Amino acid sequence: MIDVNPSSDVNSSPAINVFHDAVFMEDLRSQMFKFAQLQVRDHQLAEDAVQEAMISAYQNIEKFGRQSALKTWVFSILKNKLIDLLRKEKRHTAASQLEDGSNLSGDALMDALFEQNGHWQKHERPKKWDQPEHGVENKHFWRVFDACLNALPEKYGRLFMMREFLEMETSEICHNEDITVSNLNVTLYRARLRLRECLEDNWYQAEVSK
Amino acid sequence: MMNCKEATQLLSEKLDRPLGTKEKVALGFHTTICVSCRNFAHQMEELRDISKHYMKGDTDKEK
Repeated sequence: MIDVNPSSDVNSSPAINVFHDAVFMEDLRSQMFKFAQLQVRDHQLAEDAVQEAMISAYQNIEKFGRQSALKTWVFSILKNKLIDLLRKEKRHTAASQLEDGSNLSGDALMDALFEQNGHWQKHERPKKWDQPEHGVENKHFWRVFDACLNALPEKYGRLFMMREFLEMETSEICHNEDITVSNLNVTLYRARLRLRECLEDNWYQAEVSK
Repeated sequence: MMNCKEATQLLSEKLDRPLGTKEKVALGFHTTICVSCRNFAHQMEELRDISKHYMKGDTDKEK
């Protein structure tokens, strides 16, 4: 990588300390690994991608004054590495071969949420969410969000992350994963249905009832 | 007339492809009269926004 902003005073940067915060670094590494693993489904490939992203961050150490800046940086590197991997590899775990999983999915999910006539089941109707400041600014929110992501059937989680986290185009996802556009649309729809319900039940409405 | 199941699927697909004129009209009509689907529509945008924050590493705020 070309360093566009070379800095001569690397050693005086507060960023050095970021790398010395063992707890922070271990948290970050495990978050990155979890994220990579969900995408590439291969332990070694995921480890390698995380490793490379970390090395790249270390080489650009002077850019980070705060932990959040480092995190943003490594995740964007990791994201690009994962997209490269997904493009290159015609992996044997394409989403077309993943099961929906044991969690509520498919028709069972739709029946749980909607009545026969296609209207919301009474107790499943989406409620109004609080303002975002109750959400993304709060670290507890992210714990709930992580838990909701993990609760998704594998196929849902993977396609959702490709679309929303890696920001891949639908045509590219379909090509890589060997699925049709309508299959992708339906899967993303169901993933979003599940996620919004999980967030509502465990965060937005949970807050209200306290 | 469009039901909630159809409306919510379109509200999700809206994030992945441009909707056609007919779809937009039918959806607009449905969300005008259905508060649940209107909430759902906001939540779809919220989910995208949350995902962007997640990738920006905003999960450490207020640590």
